[in-house]
Amino acid sequence: MTTLTDPPKESFRLSMLLYDSRYRSMTIQIIALLAFMLGAAWLINNARINLAIAGKEISWAFLSSPSGYDINQRLIDYTSQSSHGRAAVVGLMNTLLVAVMGCILATFLGVVVGVLRLSKNWIISRLAAVYVEGFRNVPVLLWIVLSMTILAETLPQPRDFRGDDATASMMLFDSVAITNRGIYIPEPLFSRGLGDIPVLVGNSEEAVAACASYYDLDGDGQPATGCGTFQISLDLVAFLSVLIAMVMITKMNNKRADRIQDATGDRPATTLVNLAIVVLPVVSLLWYLGFYLGYPELKGFNFRGGTYFRNSLIALWLALSLYTAAFIAENVRAGIMAIAKGQSEAAAALGLRQGPIMRLVVLPQALRVIVPPLISQYLNLTKNSSLAIAVGYMDVTGTLGGITLNQTGREMETLLLLMACYLVISLVVSTVMNAYNERTKLKER
Amino acid sequence: MKKTVFLGALTIAGLAATAAMAGTLDDVKARGQLNCGVSTGVPGFEAPDANGVWQGFDVAVCRAVAAAILNDSTAVEFIPTTGKTRFTALASGEVDMLSRVTTWTFSRDVDLKFEFVGVNYYDGQGFMVPKELGVSSVKELDGATVCIQTGTTTELNLADYFRVNGMSYDPVPVETNAETQTQYLAGACDVYTTDASALAATRASFEAPGDHVVLPEIISKEPLGPLVRHGDSEWADVVRWTLNALIAAEELGVTSANLSEMLAGTDNPEINRLLGTSGSLGEMLGLDADWAARAIAVGGNYGEVFETNIGASTPIGLARGLNAQWTDGGLMYSPPFR
Repeated sequence: MTTLTDPPKESFRLSMLLYDSRYRSMTIQIIALLAFMLGAAWLINNARINLAIAGKEISWAFLSSPSGYDINQRLIDYTSQSSHGRAAVVGLMNTLLVAVMGCILATFLGVVVGVLRLSKNWIISRLAAVYVEGFRNVPVLLWIVLSMTILAETLPQPRDFRGDDATASMMLFDSVAITNRGIYIPEPLFSRGLGDIPVLVGNSEEAVAACASYYDLDGDGQPATGCGTFQISLDLVAFLSVLIAMVMITKMNNKRADRIQDATGDRPATTLVNLAIVVLPVVSLLWYLGFYLGYPELKGFNFRGGTYFRNSLIALWLALSLYTAAFIAENVRAGIMAIAKGQSEAAAALGLRQGPIMRLVVLPQALRVIVPPLISQYLNLTKNSSLAIAVGYMDVTGTLGGITLNQTGREMETLLLLMACYLVISLVVSTVMNAYNERTKLKER
Repeated sequence: MKKTVFLGALTIAGLAATAAMAGTLDDVKARGQLNCGVSTGVPGFEAPDANGVWQGFDVAVCRAVAAAILNDSTAVEFIPTTGKTRFTALASGEVDMLSRVTTWTFSRDVDLKFEFVGVNYYDGQGFMVPKELGVSSVKELDGATVCIQTGTTTELNLADYFRVNGMSYDPVPVETNAETQTQYLAGACDVYTTDASALAATRASFEAPGDHVVLPEIISKEPLGPLVRHGDSEWADVVRWTLNALIAAEELGVTSANLSEMLAGTDNPEINRLLGTSGSLGEMLGLDADWAARAIAVGGNYGEVFETNIGASTPIGLARGLNAQWTDGGLMYSPPFR
């Protein structure tokens, strides 16, 4: 029989919320949260009331009305009769295009310059330092405008290529034209192409009618407009799937070579076999599809045919990459310097040379330090791409937050949507990069 | 229950805040200054001169309004706006009025909630190309690269025109007139399209205007005029009738030269009412009697303003054309001052 009794149960009194340290912090937090929510509610309500008084209640109907304007660079079909919503998607894809291209080039340049800054060669390390300080201490907008000015003012106009006394000529056997409007390179075409398949065909009569005319077009490789939300090129799908499948087979071949090496000590030659495994099927697929190059030709005012990289895209891409690469270079340098000197000394003692030491020993460890700040540089690059309108690149700020905002007068809706776009892009980028960071970080067991 | 009271209080606070915004005329009087939105620079229409003083055809309207209200044509702050920022600037109250080559369209008037008070220039969209291209008609522009200011009606007209005529083009969107010029002169585009008047003005500012031609086709109607926010009719009346006063003054033969003798009284009752020597039109507007006389005194009547800034004797050299008085076969027509 126990003699222990519970201590007298203290009843809860309201004053304990303030005077009892067990509850006080919670009370303060709840009050702060309430105050925040009230503040936010006041702001939202104020905006709502004032918009209602101005006769501009929040409405998203404008997104489905025809936009009426043209966009020069479109990755999916778009005409001036398409909706404002589609114009926003076209802009969003342009944003993503320049962001992805920029991140790749910036990473490459950043790593190279970061390593060069640590070079023992005085001139090389100084040059890298000048590059880093020059680019990261001048606003990116100036670099963007400068790149565009250089491209537009120094390169020849398309009409300079014309006539017998042409002052400019095409390069690489008349296959590449560099003009002050952009660069034209040959494009891959297929004479026996598989065509495109429309995705997300609507149920409305117009959508079906658009697709009827789409199917009437006999696979001339020309993209038809208006059928489906977007179209997927079957040629590209076939090419990529063959390529990926063959690369997988080469991996299996390498594993087989590893096994033989483990068992016998002799490694069978794999390089030529792997090359054959990848090249032969890809080449025969290209032959089957009737692969040929479409060369750009000067017709009328501009070059026609070929793949056209606009100056606005090139200027924005170069400026953003060079600017961001300066920051990445500093991250890389910091990451390398964070690796204990003993690591490279030990590697040198094993007989490795400078290059392999950096590639095999230092950089893999430095990645743990480099990757987290790299994420924010990628985010910065993506957000800085909203300066695109300075060079007339139609990104999502230029279409949704520019022309659509102006023509419809829906400031609140377009800006909210625009912010949501950038928020989602940034969150996706950081999720992916965080996953990568998880992989590269030190595994503690 | 408490929440309802709180939200009710918020609603009243919100209403009070907007009520304070009404009455632009009183705001301008209290401030002693008119905030006038202009463009970032179209020679002849609005551009700062060598001393940094804004001059031009649209600027004259702002100055006339300032003179009518504040008796001081220099009490104007000119706020440069781009095609993209202009409507937000006006809607948010950053400027009291816009006078910047802005086209009066249905959707801007009705959907964007603005009030166009009249037309000070009847314009249309034209195209300019370098002479060496040898182009003589817009119809020959299939496949051309076209420089265009974003956020304008010209952008929409261009898309419609090329689509209807089954032609393709490559738009190069640019923010301001100055940037467009740079791109056009560098040959980054073949064609520059905007209002024909602005094309003439821009061409006049080139080093070699003769190397460029404005094509004969006009593909749209672009009535340009000053505008104010929707819902403040008293303020809209002041701006509207100041513009009308300039137009009526030309029709009635009131000029900056003979203004002072007209003010002594004339035989024409409408001139007397306009200049405030009889009747009480100024009082009805909330201004004093000689408001219109002050507005006319700034730069003269509509015809004089036109000739000084963009007329045949200036480098821009625009003919009156549609912008002549209705008595001369034009469209300029002021409702009667009665």
